[in-house]
Amino acid sequence: MKQFKAKVISNKKIAKDHYILSFKAAGLRKKVKPGQFFNVKVNNSYKPLLRKPFGAHKITRKGIEILYKVVGEATEILSTKKKGDVLDVLGPLGNGFDFKSTAHSSAKTGTGSPQPVVATLVAGGHGVAPLAALGKELSDAGHKLSVFIGARSKKEVVCEKDFRKIGAKVFVATEDGSKGYKGLVTNLLKNKLRHTTYDIRDTIYACGPNPMLKEVAKLAKRYKIPCQVSLEEYIACGTGTCLGCAVKTRSGYRLVCKDGPVFDAKEIIWR
Amino acid sequence: MEMKKGHMTHDTRTRDNAALEVSIGKLRLKNPVILASGTAGFGKEIKDLIDINKLGAIVTKTITLNKREGNPPPRIVETPSGLLNSIGLDNDGLKDFCFKKVPHLERLKIPVIVSIAGDSTEEFLKLTRELSKIKCVKALEINLSCPNVIHKGTKCRFLAQDKIAVRKIIKKIRKTTSLTLIAKLSPNVTDIGAIAKEAQKAGSDAISLINTYPGMLVDTDTMKPKLGNITGGLSGPAIKPLALKCVWDVYNTVKIPVIGMGGIMDWRDAIEFILSGASAVQVGTANFINPRAPLEIIKGIKEYLGKRKIKSIKSLVGKLRT
Repeated sequence: MKQFKAKVISNKKIAKDHYILSFKAAGLRKKVKPGQFFNVKVNNSYKPLLRKPFGAHKITRKGIEILYKVVGEATEILSTKKKGDVLDVLGPLGNGFDFKSTAHSSAKTGTGSPQPVVATLVAGGHGVAPLAALGKELSDAGHKLSVFIGARSKKEVVCEKDFRKIGAKVFVATEDGSKGYKGLVTNLLKNKLRHTTYDIRDTIYACGPNPMLKEVAKLAKRYKIPCQVSLEEYIACGTGTCLGCAVKTRSGYRLVCKDGPVFDAKEIIWR
Repeated sequence: MEMKKGHMTHDTRTRDNAALEVSIGKLRLKNPVILASGTAGFGKEIKDLIDINKLGAIVTKTITLNKREGNPPPRIVETPSGLLNSIGLDNDGLKDFCFKKVPHLERLKIPVIVSIAGDSTEEFLKLTRELSKIKCVKALEINLSCPNVIHKGTKCRFLAQDKIAVRKIIKKIRKTTSLTLIAKLSPNVTDIGAIAKEAQKAGSDAISLINTYPGMLVDTDTMKPKLGNITGGLSGPAIKPLALKCVWDVYNTVKIPVIGMGGIMDWRDAIEFILSGASAVQVGTANFINPRAPLEIIKGIKEYLGKRKIKSIKSLVGKLRT
């Protein structure tokens, strides 16, 4: 973890309210894990007051990409940033996804199973942001991917092409039915789990709003699939100091910024 | 020449540094900027982000006798220019402090002030006795004012609202320890000067203020409170004018040093508090956003004194031109 000034490389609008901002972060490429985040100060004043957390969306040699949706004052300001502007960044923070323990090693060594492992990624809204970085790493390591993307409408479906490019099977659900399955992405996931023999029974990695993650966790439990969720909570310091982002787990309160944001789904006591 | 030059630099430096020195009880601080309780953990949490040894002192996160798990989430919400929190004194208790936190705190070269809170007077006293045995602990900040927990010793929402409870507790703690005592007060009272006076009478060496302002927010979509604990405490720039008024009131009532805090984000804020009567200041919410803010504040104060040829920060305390 460190605090540094980062030059903006680019800031592109990719959908109605969605942007991808890329900032320089020399030497961080190997230090950032998918699922980790950066706490970003969007201007030089205390208005808005707090930093805002953004998960690493793409980790490249040049720098870090973050994908964000304009939802308030801070992201509004962020959307006006241009190449050469400077951001005050704190990171990388948090633990990141754990994809090296089980799935990864079995895919690498191939012991027992000649088939590459299939990982399932479930994204709700802009929760797709950190899953893109994870998808890239998993695909590079030879995994097959199934990706479920949920959004309100067609206009808000992002990253679909990126996942297809790395050879993932992509399933889209929109709440208004303007693209793909009509309804919640968790219902689409439930249907797939119920009806196909298609092997998506390895690890599920999910990121999105808490009600969605709660549902994904429930499905994972029912079908006995290991599941990791990246939680959303208000974050102030991002470093485990203010104790503001507590989440209830089976081992007491833990901090989303420091112990998470990625947790084993069965550890979480859902609200 | 070289020697002389070096000598002069050294001289100027000592003079500069002496300009920032302040005393709080038995504490000698090399500068008046202190990390506020709950915003710097136990030092370890922020050690990669700021050189703590350059500060005046550190106040730890409040500890209690036994572990407290804290309040249900959500625990924080941002407000216009403010931070509303209800952490609920989440801490691992005295034993964990002694074994896990002290080893790091011991290595610091600045005074360690431990913030303590108790459900009862007995708990306060037990904490005081145990902490007085620890060498690196130089002072206690008695947290009489956390808006997010309830104390058995008073019928009021918190101790700092009850003059008699404040007097009783401080008096007993005073008899138990020779450590420097700092009573931390709440702004949510009718007459903060009167409460401060009681703390002084009971033997407190200094008064620190303010703790957060009680507050709440409502989510209109879900019709639920935005904090899990319904209510919380407000900090940050939003409360600065309110905090300054409290510091001014207390400064004009007591003789012991006042440690001012509430929305101090930069050196100008700090100078405002000092002119209003604060002998030292605590930086809190700013640490979450800009971990280096306390160092920038020290630098700013130094430059302010230099520009105005003021020899000592002490001569600025309470010098508001009214």
